[in-house]
Amino acid sequence: MSKQEKHWEKTRNLLFVTLAIWFVFSIGIFFFGAEMEASSFRPLGYPLSYYMTCQGSLGIFVILIFWFANQQEKIDAEFGYTEKGDD
Amino acid sequence: MIKGKFIDNLPKVYGIYTGGFLVFIILMAIAEQAGMSAKLIGIFFVAFTVSIYAIIGYLSRTLQLDAYYVAGRQVPTVFNGMATAADWMSGASFVAMAGGIYFKGYGYMALLVGWTGGYVLVASLLAPYLRKFGCYTVPDFIGTRYGGNLARVSAVIVLTVASFTYVTAQINATGTIASVALDIPFKLAVYVGLASILLCSMLGGMRAVTWTQVAQYIVLIIAYLLPVFWISNKMGAGVFPHLMLADEVARIAELEGQFGFTKNSAADLATVPKGLAGITKAHSSVNTTPWKFISLAVCMMAGTASLPHVMMRYFTTPSVKTARRSVGWSLFFIFLLYSSAPMLATLSKLSLMDPTLSTGIIGKSIADVQNIDWYQNWNQANLMFVSDFNGNGTLELNEFFMGGKAVVLATPEIAGLPYVISGLVAAGGMAAAMSTADGLVLAIANALSHDLYYKIIDPKAETAKRLIVARVLLFIIGFAGASIAALEIQGILGSVIWAFDFAMSGLFFPLVLGVWWKRANAPGAVAGMLLGLISGTAYLIWVRNGGAGFWGVTQLTFGIVGSAVSLVSMVVVSLMTKAPDAATQRMVDEVRIPSGKTVLGKQH
Repeated sequence: MSKQEKHWEKTRNLLFVTLAIWFVFSIGIFFFGAEMEASSFRPLGYPLSYYMTCQGSLGIFVILIFWFANQQEKIDAEFGYTEKGDD
Repeated sequence: MIKGKFIDNLPKVYGIYTGGFLVFIILMAIAEQAGMSAKLIGIFFVAFTVSIYAIIGYLSRTLQLDAYYVAGRQVPTVFNGMATAADWMSGASFVAMAGGIYFKGYGYMALLVGWTGGYVLVASLLAPYLRKFGCYTVPDFIGTRYGGNLARVSAVIVLTVASFTYVTAQINATGTIASVALDIPFKLAVYVGLASILLCSMLGGMRAVTWTQVAQYIVLIIAYLLPVFWISNKMGAGVFPHLMLADEVARIAELEGQFGFTKNSAADLATVPKGLAGITKAHSSVNTTPWKFISLAVCMMAGTASLPHVMMRYFTTPSVKTARRSVGWSLFFIFLLYSSAPMLATLSKLSLMDPTLSTGIIGKSIADVQNIDWYQNWNQANLMFVSDFNGNGTLELNEFFMGGKAVVLATPEIAGLPYVISGLVAAGGMAAAMSTADGLVLAIANALSHDLYYKIIDPKAETAKRLIVARVLLFIIGFAGASIAALEIQGILGSVIWAFDFAMSGLFFPLVLGVWWKRANAPGAVAGMLLGLISGTAYLIWVRNGGAGFWGVTQLTFGIVGSAVSLVSMVVVSLMTKAPDAATQRMVDEVRIPSGKTVLGKQH
């Protein structure tokens, strides 16, 4: 496998992990809205379903994007694809 | 000239600007104490902020192509994040979203999840690759990746349909705010809004829009957060509302149980002015089926990743790496407002519902409520209404009606905050609607001038001529948008949601597969774009005219049907026709590597 193919494979795997986490918090948990509401786990005292829609998932997305950007930069650096003199 | 220096001094420049704006708010507060009229304060707020944007727009004028189309590709990460957040958060986010949550509760909060989750798709699937491509517009990517004028034109069509639907809603919002703040008729105010939008973008294109959007973000976020924190503290609900409103949420649920949701009869509802809604759904409990919630969220997420005015913001960063990080910053700045919208809805609802608060009106006598000053003001503006349907003399939960926009615009006044805050909120709403309208008008005009005029009609056109054409188109599109907005066909939130569905139907898969599937070719992409758009539109028309629909897809989520057709037709047609040539395959490989030159040259 060429260097470029390996780079792309790692990039693709990172994409799958990112999308899996995204799927859980944007779609997956909302199949269980009623269960979340009944749950006794109440972050900051809010019902879990309410909390996830107005803060929880949103915050996780912010962190997820920065985490993704860091991981991708590591992959790029590993294969010497880092851009030079840009920031 | 000022350019290099200006970029280096950004934090200082915008720091001074923010400080200046805060001083202006304090001056207005002092003027209010000294007896300045509410109307004059409103005029000052809107006129002051709009003229600052116009000055920034004028200072950013340019005669260079890459400055006009992509702001010279030198917008730093964090500032591009702010500009994107302003570009993104429209009148719908600022003025209408808290209202939607207020009336519909959990079911509407799908919009919060959808309008943020989409950025994960933007960051991971598209933005860095399109930046590496080095295109000026979204159809530029489609046209070069797939090759051929047909693909380019199809992308221009989808872009225009989606963005134009969106922009009429934004010009409508600027018109609404200008008409309330400046006290002029709506039909005129729409053109005042248009003039201020064009002032920002006409001379400097993307460069001017970028720097005004940063300024607009600062105004809109202050205007949104300040009242939320103030009201929360005034009500004793907690110094930091986002973390401390759990008791208030529980209290609303308790009051809802006490007052009860009574359904109004059709005859009663017919007496309510058009566009006003009452509280019909529980505030915090799950009141919708999972599929309804999820399908709306999915449409908004895929729509986010296909809307050209957002995507083109990531063409302006210096590098692929900064484009990726910039998405994170965008979402962070958006998060600040979105996480506050449900808190504002909670505070607003509780201040009206709780009989133990001095502002509470539910359960009081109708005659008393009708005598309250703010009720009379907003009733006159056709945004508030009470009626004694059951004839018992007291106001029930189902007898109070309010326009969606009024939740954000009127809450400071209801909660008894000084008028200066209402003026600030009007300026914030104006900033939100203007910044989005700017981005959208520019996205359409750039696609038409670059992709249609330069790439197809007159490839030999000189720079000066291209920029003149771009500006003329900008003006024409803005004017057309304003004329349609003046007709008031559809509400703000409704048309915005449609725009997402249109974009998702036609562009989502052609964009994503362009990067992630080498085998995708021009006939496939054209089929995907056109069939997706046509089937989505057909479904919308069918459901609007009383069609039953299928899969539980409503007129708000028709993008699901459109994009499914788009995906299937794109894959089938691609596989049935010839694979892309070696040069195209190499181009896709090139796009996947962050380092090195962009695929398209600096000037193209």
